[in-house]
Amino acid sequence: MNLFLSILNEHWILMPLLIPMLGAFVSPFFGRYRRALQRLVSVLVLVATVAASAYTVAQAAAIEGWYVYQLGSWSPPFGIVLVVDRLSAAFVAMTSILGLCALLYAIWGDDRRDSFFHFLFLVQIAGLNGAFLTGDLFNLFVFFEILLIASYNLLVYGSGSKRVRAGIHYVVINLVGSAFFLMTIGLLYGLTGTLNMADMATQMAALPQSEAALARAGATLLIVVFGVKSALLPLYFWLPRAYSSATAPVAALFAVMTKVGIYAILRTSVILFGEGAGVASDITAGWLIPLSLATLVFGVLGVAAAKRLKVLVAYLVVVSAGTILVPVAIATPDSIAGALYYIVHSTFVTGALFLLADLIADRRGDAEDSLDDGPAIASPAWLSVAFFVAAIVIAGLPPTSGFIGKILILESAFASGWTVWIWAVVLTGSLLTIIALVVAGARIFWHTDKGEAETTLASPQRAIAPLMLLGIVAGWTLLAGPAHSYLTDAAEQLLDRERYVQSIDPQSFDASELQKQYKKQKKKGSDESGHKH
Amino acid sequence: MEALVASAIGVMVASGVYLLLRARTYPVVLGLTLLSYAANLFVFSMGRLTLDGPPVGKAIKKVAKTGEVAPFADPLPQALVLTAIVISFGMTAFIVALAVKSMATLETDHVDGEEPSS
Repeated sequence: MNLFLSILNEHWILMPLLIPMLGAFVSPFFGRYRRALQRLVSVLVLVATVAASAYTVAQAAAIEGWYVYQLGSWSPPFGIVLVVDRLSAAFVAMTSILGLCALLYAIWGDDRRDSFFHFLFLVQIAGLNGAFLTGDLFNLFVFFEILLIASYNLLVYGSGSKRVRAGIHYVVINLVGSAFFLMTIGLLYGLTGTLNMADMATQMAALPQSEAALARAGATLLIVVFGVKSALLPLYFWLPRAYSSATAPVAALFAVMTKVGIYAILRTSVILFGEGAGVASDITAGWLIPLSLATLVFGVLGVAAAKRLKVLVAYLVVVSAGTILVPVAIATPDSIAGALYYIVHSTFVTGALFLLADLIADRRGDAEDSLDDGPAIASPAWLSVAFFVAAIVIAGLPPTSGFIGKILILESAFASGWTVWIWAVVLTGSLLTIIALVVAGARIFWHTDKGEAETTLASPQRAIAPLMLLGIVAGWTLLAGPAHSYLTDAAEQLLDRERYVQSIDPQSFDASELQKQYKKQKKKGSDESGHKH
Repeated sequence: MEALVASAIGVMVASGVYLLLRARTYPVVLGLTLLSYAANLFVFSMGRLTLDGPPVGKAIKKVAKTGEVAPFADPLPQALVLTAIVISFGMTAFIVALAVKSMATLETDHVDGEEPSS
């Protein structure tokens, strides 16, 4: 027990990554014949992950600085480091909690189609948490690939022509994205000679003007790559089809996938295009804000034009990505704090909406989730109320978290040159979203001229997960004060480039030390071999 | 040598993109393969192209012995490429399986899953 505690004490940073990974590899042993046991293991694993990530948040909030974990005790910049600060801790906690809720939905039916569901689901969580924790650019690529390969499988999970069709698009575009990511990493390594993000930040700042073109090309490519993940305007067209055809718990988990791209943009912006980042520091100036606003506009148009509820919710993901990328592009501590608050809010609400849409589709017979007149829903009253509440929250009506988030973002817009545009687009977008959601709700719950639906209802326990998610959103609204002060600290910490570099301290390595050690070993070696002869 | 490697990578990316923009899954898979080849080669060449450069172990020995630093092959891009090759191999296997699945389920090899109505 003492050994266990001391391991935990020393290696707690690894836990949010290690627990789901180990759980994933235990899970296939239970197979389809011990499904109850397999479900229990998955739930326990994710509860442990949530506990570990909660501990991570508590630890990160307790100190001013950064926790650096050197994998295999290899010192940076050569070894891979995991870095915990307030930002990564918040993302890890968000992912773990969302994963637990989505799993609680899946274990009441959706995991029945294939026994590998739990394996893939846990690998996906591990990949997500790893991507948030790593402090090494190539390691980020590897975790991206881990979460992507799991997501490819999860997307086509359950089969059916709809999913296979969406799967091809999703996989191809992400593989192209991965190829470009690899090239970008190569380019940045060629320029700076390092993969450690802190060290790269130092090297980038010191690049001579003659390397500016390459550095700027690398930075732009990196935004393109993360833009594919985070659904930035010309790169989001794969998203609605993929998200709307995925199995409900998978779609709910995918609500966090666009946020990985946004997190990566936040993290790399410090290295590549933040203030004082050297030759590429103004690379996003002038086009990222308008592009994010355009993403928002196109997302809202998609919401208004959607003919199926799940497609509508998928477009809401695009809308939230646009809304978040605006303050990310403004990049002041205030705007990033607002963005972070909105990220957590929108992730949980869109997750809840995907699950609610699935519950609704289950109860409408052949009409499923289409936004045409259909049969009356064989429904408990809470379902319509829950949909109503989720719609209000995602549209951002007061007094919900969506409203608070949007206020924070709009307030921070004064620091940009785009104040009028941002206010106009965000507010008009909210209005159109409300209208579209009202129309959709009215169609589903009131235009019921085709009698009662005849459906055999799946387990009533499925209600637990969406209600839990809505409860979390309610908590996020009530705790807006402390949450916002934590996130403001996180944003300031993120932008504090100098102290970030210092605390990881990639310059501690001394080449002459290695030389001395080598000579000593050599001497020792020749002494020993001398004895033998 | 730089020009040769650079143009080889360029031609591969161009052919890969061309194939990617085809509407059938088979050329698209081939395009992805070419693209990831090009990416791997690119990462590899980012360790700088050197002829006759000894591997890093020998170079360190030489530094320790004589104190003079001679050019040597950068091992890190090689390690990165190794990882990337394994990953892209797995991914290609997956997309091939998915393409076959799509052919079986949708009875077409069009990337949109349906024949274009002409």
